[in-house]
Amino acid sequence: MTDSPDRPAKRPFRLPFEWLGLLPFAVFTLLFLILPTMRIVIGAFQTGDGSFTFQNIADLNTSSIRSAYWTSIKLSLISAGLGCAIGFAMAAAVVFGGLPKGIRGPLLTFSGVASNFAGVPLAFAFIATLGPVGLITLWLKTEFGINLRALGFNILSFWGLVVTYLFFQIPLMILIITPALDGLKREWREAAEVLGATTAQYWRMVAFPILFPSLLGTFALLFANSFGAIATAYALTGPQLNIVPIKLFAQIRGDVLGNPNLGYALAFGMIVVTGIANFVYIWLRTRSERWLK
Amino acid sequence: MAYLDLTHLVKTFGTNRVVKDFSLGIDKGEFVSLLGPSGCGKTTVLRMVAGFEGPSSGNIVIDGQNVTSLRPNQRRIGMVFQAYALFPNLTVAQNVGFGLKVAGMGREETEARVTEMLRLIGLPEKGPSWPFQLSGGQQQRVALARALAPSPRVLLLDEPLSALDAKVRVSLRNEIRAIQRDLGITTIFVTHDQEEALSISDRVVVMNGGVAEQVGTPFQVYNQPSTRFVANFVGTLNTFEAEVEAPATGDLRLGGVPLSLGRPLSAAKGAKIGLALRPEAVHLGRAPGREVVLPATVREVHFMGSVIRIKADAAGTTVSLDTFNRPDTPPPAVGQASEISLSAQDIILLA
Amino acid sequence: MMMRLMSWTALIFGCLYFLLPLIGMAEFSLKMRRGVYSLDAYAVVLADPAFQATFGYSVLMALMTIIFGVLLVVPTAYWVRLKLPGARPYIEFITLLPLVIPAIVIVFGYIRMYNTSSWLPLTGSVTGTNILLMMGYATLALPYMYRSVDTGLRTIDVGTLTEAAQSLGAGWFTILAKIILPNVLVAVLSGAFLTFAIVIGEFTMAALLDRPAFGPYMQLLGANRAYEPPALAVIAFAITWACMGLIQLVTRFSKHERARA
Repeated sequence: MTDSPDRPAKRPFRLPFEWLGLLPFAVFTLLFLILPTMRIVIGAFQTGDGSFTFQNIADLNTSSIRSAYWTSIKLSLISAGLGCAIGFAMAAAVVFGGLPKGIRGPLLTFSGVASNFAGVPLAFAFIATLGPVGLITLWLKTEFGINLRALGFNILSFWGLVVTYLFFQIPLMILIITPALDGLKREWREAAEVLGATTAQYWRMVAFPILFPSLLGTFALLFANSFGAIATAYALTGPQLNIVPIKLFAQIRGDVLGNPNLGYALAFGMIVVTGIANFVYIWLRTRSERWLK
Repeated sequence: MAYLDLTHLVKTFGTNRVVKDFSLGIDKGEFVSLLGPSGCGKTTVLRMVAGFEGPSSGNIVIDGQNVTSLRPNQRRIGMVFQAYALFPNLTVAQNVGFGLKVAGMGREETEARVTEMLRLIGLPEKGPSWPFQLSGGQQQRVALARALAPSPRVLLLDEPLSALDAKVRVSLRNEIRAIQRDLGITTIFVTHDQEEALSISDRVVVMNGGVAEQVGTPFQVYNQPSTRFVANFVGTLNTFEAEVEAPATGDLRLGGVPLSLGRPLSAAKGAKIGLALRPEAVHLGRAPGREVVLPATVREVHFMGSVIRIKADAAGTTVSLDTFNRPDTPPPAVGQASEISLSAQDIILLA
Repeated sequence: MMMRLMSWTALIFGCLYFLLPLIGMAEFSLKMRRGVYSLDAYAVVLADPAFQATFGYSVLMALMTIIFGVLLVVPTAYWVRLKLPGARPYIEFITLLPLVIPAIVIVFGYIRMYNTSSWLPLTGSVTGTNILLMMGYATLALPYMYRSVDTGLRTIDVGTLTEAAQSLGAGWFTILAKIILPNVLVAVLSGAFLTFAIVIGEFTMAALLDRPAFGPYMQLLGANRAYEPPALAVIAFAITWACMGLIQLVTRFSKHERARA
């Protein structure tokens, strides 16, 4: 922490002492956030001896890596889509659905906890519930004779991961969309009703258009969230599931791809995807904030 | 039978009786204000007419049709809200055309009607603008146009001017009245500002504690208040206590000075009764026709330009009186001993 | 009413979805002893020296990250609010970057930049790697810490408080330590609890930097054991819940204080 000298009373010009106050922050973010990221980005365009090349990016176009990206994108789209739909339904139920007022607080608190309960322990919880000898699996088998495995459901798979990811995607949606739903003024609904609109017409012509930027933006955020996540996947499916973070993990650990610079390209690809998704989220959020003012 | 008939409306929230027994008949094309302090039930009555609250008992009949059990979107009513409530995702033109679109009107017809309404409110070029680009006063005018576009039978306004600056309030209320006269639409206007209600209404309903204390023209309500509350709420009021000398002839003693009301009183001799006077009925100094003269000490003088507002101590209480500026007569000094005079005819008897 | 029915359905469905895994993991963790519910799995875990070592390591790292984070973020956020309001959007953007750039990419960058043949060979030593990991944790927690502190600063009038303190003769350090920090304590604590929750469960950075943290330990156990992992999950969930609960408690406590003032 820098102690900046007090500015003297009379000075014909201003020395930029204020900026010194940012020095620690600048050093920290530079060393541990910006430069490492730049290193990756630049490395993605370098060959082993340091010259500039697009080859690494081109090399991403192998079937295994393409499939990894595609699986990751599919996983993120589905978990984000379901997370949005279910989260919206729950948030709408609590805000407008005529439920007792006391439900809202606990739901939001729990959503705060659940959205942070990701990673390795979450995988364990789902294995214990829907795994081969999980609570629900056994209950369904003994009570109803339903064999999940025979029906094709396996927790240690793509769809198992989707179901598991929803555990933090849904609460994240609830947390973000509830303030947006609060922002729907009661008078809009009443004005629409007095002008002759039914509930369905109000939602179609007024409420959903107003909420749309928030909805889409949150979808983008959930997408980015899912795309970058690895711990849960690693703990659940191990290194076998072919998604980008796990591939990158394996590459960092042991250069399984045989080309170190390919790792950079993989990482760069991740940054591009999550970067675009987050940009979409922020852009849409600023737009929706303007309307909901 | 009146065009809009409210009969014995009661509304209870839990154990709280917000509207106790409200009845009112409004003729077609009439502009009626519901005036009262916060919590008197005026907004609740309005919302019952709109259909957002169902009355605990009572009936609402519009043009012969009992609408009490109908939903708001079935009543063909227009409403303007205090917070404008323009749809932020629609342009001004789309907002105004909303009711028409919902009713299934064709595009050309809708456009023509929207243009007509925008011209009516004086914002003909604002069609493609967004609500957040308009000022408060402009937004409220658009809200008015939106409410009127589907040609509703009744127009309801819920404190529409409360969120606006003072100057805009005055000009907009006159505009609203002009448009209402022009279209001849039956209107209920809710406000807590008595100046607003008095200046633009055909009739004023003064409400307090869930009931209508008085219904009358602005002139009646101001000059012939039927209860102490109405007298106090509408306009400024000077109140005195006088002693009854002769009930039959209405002789009283006020601050030691005898005065005669010229009409019999129901109070007994020696009883104390409440009298009230409007500031314009009290005169500083002596004046012909004002036979009751009381000694007074000037306490406050506010020179407001054309009007000088004076507060003086007289008859044991502080009296508020207004006098016009006269270039040859400077206002009195504070502390100056003087006299106030009034006429017994102007005295309002308080219940 | 139709809507109320749909609302209850959505809510109950959601509650089931969230409660079942929690119940599942709790139930499974009690099944170590064949045929009867017992806390054996917990006993085994808590007695495991590897558990104690890694849990202790992670707790220590969390505390150090919190201290570092507070020392970095509070003066910076304060300074920006006071002297450089124009820079705020840029600073905020930077603090949001860790949410955009996945942790795995960041730690990959660390490994490449600070390896033994670089200008700052942090990975060459245990202490160096520990510091690197702590910096990584601080980076992950930065968005939450900064936003929390910034929100807390917004509710107090930083400029006027500073001027008042300066007119009474206080220097910068005094102002920060005695005036600003106590007033944003609630926000700082919120950020601290969130940081704690993040660090305790963190896996990616610790695994790739090969440090004995709680996250990799859990994953290892999950690959090899059956009943201990759910017990660990219960413990981890309890910690997360405790952190969030403490944040709520601290925030509510501050509201009462404000109301009294």
